[in-house]
Parts: sequence; C-alpha cells; structure tokens
Amino acid sequence: MKLTTLTDYPYEAKDRRENFPAPLLYIGWDDHMMFCAPVCLPLPADTPFGALQAEILGGVYGAHPDFKEIDWDVVTWLKSGKPFTPDSALSLAENGLGHKDVIRFITPGLTGIKGSHA
Amino acid sequence: MDTAVKKKKLGLKPRYRAMTRGLDWQTSYQDMDKIFPYDKYEGIKIHDWDKWEDPFRLTMDAYWKYQGEKEKKLYAVIDAFAQNNGQLGVADARYVNALKLFIQGVSPLEYCAHRGFAHAGRHFTGVGARVASQMQSIDELRHYQTQVHTISNYNKYFNGMHKNIHWFDRVWYLSVPKSFFEDAMTGGPFEFLTAVSFSFEYVLTNLLFVPFMSGAAHNGDMATVTFGFSAQSDESRHMTLGIECIKFILEQDPANVPIVQRWIDKWFWRGYRLLSLVAMMQDYMLPKRVMSWKEAWEMYAESNGGALFKDLARYGIRPPKGWEDACEGKDHISHQAWNTFYNYNAAAPFHTWTPNAEEMDWLSEKYPDTFDQYYKPRFEYFGKKHKEGERFYNTTLPMLCQICQIPMVFHEPGDPGAICYRETDHDGDKYHFCSDHCKEIFTNEPEKYVQSWLPVHQIYQGNCFPEGTDPTVEGFDPLAAVLDYYEIEVGRDNFDFADSEDRKNFREWNGGVEEEVSP
Repeated sequence: MKLTTLTDYPYEAKDRRENFPAPLLYIGWDDHMMFCAPVCLPLPADTPFGALQAEILGGVYGAHPDFKEIDWDVVTWLKSGKPFTPDSALSLAENGLGHKDVIRFITPGLTGIKGSHA
Repeated sequence: MDTAVKKKKLGLKPRYRAMTRGLDWQTSYQDMDKIFPYDKYEGIKIHDWDKWEDPFRLTMDAYWKYQGEKEKKLYAVIDAFAQNNGQLGVADARYVNALKLFIQGVSPLEYCAHRGFAHAGRHFTGVGARVASQMQSIDELRHYQTQVHTISNYNKYFNGMHKNIHWFDRVWYLSVPKSFFEDAMTGGPFEFLTAVSFSFEYVLTNLLFVPFMSGAAHNGDMATVTFGFSAQSDESRHMTLGIECIKFILEQDPANVPIVQRWIDKWFWRGYRLLSLVAMMQDYMLPKRVMSWKEAWEMYAESNGGALFKDLARYGIRPPKGWEDACEGKDHISHQAWNTFYNYNAAAPFHTWTPNAEEMDWLSEKYPDTFDQYYKPRFEYFGKKHKEGERFYNTTLPMLCQICQIPMVFHEPGDPGAICYRETDHDGDKYHFCSDHCKEIFTNEPEKYVQSWLPVHQIYQGNCFPEGTDPTVEGFDPLAAVLDYYEIEVGRDNFDFADSEDRKNFREWNGGVEEEVSP
C-alpha cells in the first residue's frame, strides 16, 4: 500500500549500508533469553566467520554460565530462520551475510538457567 | 426603589450552540480546501458535521472555571506535601523509580498530545470536533505542567528526574513512547483521533492511569494521587470524545469503515506494545503492589474491551487483529520488559533490582503458569551473581523492532522459550519486527517506517556522541560517550538500586531504617 500523503516527498531510508562504518549483523542465541534480545553489531564484511566464535561471541555472551559449556562442533545456525551452514574460514560476506542480516545459533543440550530458556 | 431585573440566561443546550456552532463560517476569499488541507486527504468522508455530538457540552468559560478550581486544590496539596516532607513517607525509595518512569516516558506524551490536538483542532472543518480537540489540547498542556510541578518536589531529593525532556529526545528506551506519538501526529487528523482518542484513551487508558495512580495511593504518594484526581475528570471527557468520534466517523459513510478498521488494528497494537512499560512498573516497581498486570489486563481489556467490540460490530468493526496475541502476552510481557531494563540499566536513568523473596512469591502466585518456569530462574541467578559482586549488565546493544522500537524481547506466540523474529525486504534493505502485527504496520506503509530513528542504529552511525567527539582517538569509549550525550550522571541516575545514592539517602533520612530489598 502506498502511504497517503498531501504532496509527494522523498522517503529516505535512515539505515542504508553507507550510513554505517560497517554492515550490521544481528545475532541471537536460541534458548538463552537471559540476554533479553538478540544483539546488533557492526562487523566488517571481511571478518572471518570463525572470528564470531573465537573472538566476538565471548564478549557478548560470556556472562552466561552455559557459554563455556558450548561444544562448537555441534552448534547449528539459522539465517533468517532457515538452516544455514557457514564456513568458518570464509568471511561474513563470502558466507552470504550482508547488511542487517539476522543469524541465530543453537547449542544442543543447553537450554538456559535451570532449563528455563533464559 | 428599582425592582431587581432578573438577567435572561440561555439554557445549557442553546448556550452551547451559541458558543460553539456559530464558529464554522465558510470562507469566501480563499477555497475552504486550501485552508483546511488535512480534512479530506486521508479518504474519510464526512457528509454532515452537525451530527457530531458533544455529550459534555462544555464551553470555554465553564472550562476555565472548572479547571481553575481543580488547580487550586491540587497546588494546595502539592504545597502541603512539600512542607511536610511527604517524599519521606513513600513505601520505600524503590517506589520513586515508578515516578521516574512516569516523568520520563509518560509526561512528555501529554505534551505531544497537546500539540497533536492543537493541530487536529485547527484542521477539522467541523466545529464540534474542533472545539473538543482544542479543549483537549489545553487539558494535555495542563497535565504536563501539573505532573512536572507535582513530581518536581521529588526531583529535589532523588536522581533520575532532572533531564526528562532532553532524555525523551535521545535515550534509547524513550524512543518507544516518542515514536508512538510522532507516528500518530504525522498521520492526518482522523487517524490521530482514532489513534489517540479512541485506541489509546478509550480502549487502553485505564491500563495506564489506574496502575500509576493506585500505585501512588498504595505507596504513600498523596501528591501524585491528587494530580491523578485532578486529571481524572478530563480523562473521562477524553474517553467520551474517543468513542463519540469513532461512532461519528463510522456513521458518516460506509467507505470509512475499512480505513478505520486498519487504524484500529494498527493503534491497538502500538498502544499495547507501549504499555509493556506500565506492565513492568506494576509487577516489579511498586514495593506495595496493587494488582498484577495480568489481572489489570483481564479487567480493563478483556472484559471492557470485549463488550466494546461487541457494540462496534454493528458498524462492521471487528476486534483488532492483535487482540489474541495481546491476551496471550499477559502472562509474559511484564517479566520480559523488566529483564530488558535489568540488562541495560547502565544506559537507563532509573534503577532496577531483583525482586526480594516475598516479591518472588507474589509473582509466582500471580503468574502460576509462567513465572516459576520461565522467569524466576534468571532473576534468582541475577541476585546470586550480584551478591557475589558480579551484577549482570548486558554490554552489547540490542536488535530493535523497526516499528515499536522495543528491543526484540518478545516471545513467539505459543512458544515462551523462543524469541519472535519477523522480517521483510523493502527497496534493497532488510527490516525486522517483534511480531506479525508490527510487521503488518510496516508493510502497509513502508515509506513511513524506513525513516525510523532507531537509537541503536543511530549510535552505530555516530550520531549519539557529544558534539566534537572524535571516535577515532585511541581508547575511545563509545558507551561513555553515549551516556555523556544523554546527560545521564553515571553512578547516580543509572545502575542497580541496591548500590544507589537514592537508597543510601533515603535510609539516612529515615533514621537508618532498612527496606526489604534484594540482594
């Protein structure tokens, strides 16, 4: 539906890629809602996907008692809610991740504090 | 001696007519449509403005008289409250955080409503609607002023109240109420009335006002209670305007029905999302609880709202699309919202805390199906970590919903253990939402919401640092720069209540008596 207006005026999107120093990536950890919401991070497109696990996610989620229990070999990922198999050696861009994409990781066996999904 | 002559007086009805309806003259030098450009473009068809009924028949002279009397009473109570150090009599210092939320997030909306109704009052061609809008515009300005005056006494003694307007335009969570109202004000006058007068004031206002005012009464805050009484008679007039305007629009033309239905769907949901803030206040911020959010929702929304939409069915209006999801959310949203502020309390200018043992029991009792299973474990964990000296603060900025601008904290309907994610592509970019209903608001008018000022994105774009900040210098601390830009006094306005200056001061003023707080 077109916006009803009195006159024409240009609608400028506020959050275009060029307005940020790096593309935004949204990341959520399923079953761990103690972190109230998924997070938003500006990450250069050439960041290796493996750096998420190795360097970035610890800073975000390290305060959770489950974090150190994660077996990264069995972690699975979703992109826009659909199964996604990233290659850790490739960059975010090479894995097909662009500005404002949302990914989630699932850690089998870990369901939050006392199994509360928190 | 002259006989006293009785002055002739008009009756209420002719008097009202004389003082309002004569004001709608037709212009002759200029085209009416040029002078009232907003009156038609939304597609609402009005054939006979005279059918507009104003059940209060209030005229301006009577209005000044009533309001003047109420004002005298209110300011006498405010004075007495200040003279008697009424701020020392509140249940405990945690209660004041409900007032902070009010002065930061609700009072500025009164001012927005003042502006919005002034605009609507100027642009309707119907004189009944014009007069009602103008009076409400003045009411809203008066509410803002009396709230500031009532709460300013607290500002002398407590942190977190000194910059409410500055914060309203900047602080991340205040973009939730701000964007709600700016969305309404940038619609046309008919959408504005449907949004604010009907969907908010008529359908949802009891869920805003009653919790704050009964909360004040239960927690010993008589100044705020008196303000509430002073506004109450205005609120009932506003509610009546809400229901009258919707019936009037619907009766004027059948083509109006689908337009109004879409607005009701949209504004019910936007109002409901905004009320998440009230839900958490009710369940977590009042040391002496009134009723749970769930109980309030059942009483004011489910029973009253159910009857209302039965009544509106004869106009072809059905309950809002988000109704069922909103009812399902009654078991969850207060806990999810409190968790959010607990996470990000470093950047919010009021205090949060973990509920104490007695409060946990109350929450378990009020939320038998959800609290123990989903929410209690995290709050117990937070309390335990805080005792060990590691109070949990989330240090990464959250993903926000493009429409309600609340962090994406809400659960997938029917699955409380999972976050609800929705997205769509528009013009080469991705947009994300907390719910089907926020997504639908976007897809109906994407051009409007691609312009949203999302606080997290604005921070990453570098627009939320004080002027002259150089983010490229070594050791640059972005969070500190953002708090500086917000003008939050770090260590006084923010962080946990347990460690706060408010708590320490209140204890000293009350002779060292310790309140029951956790940890």
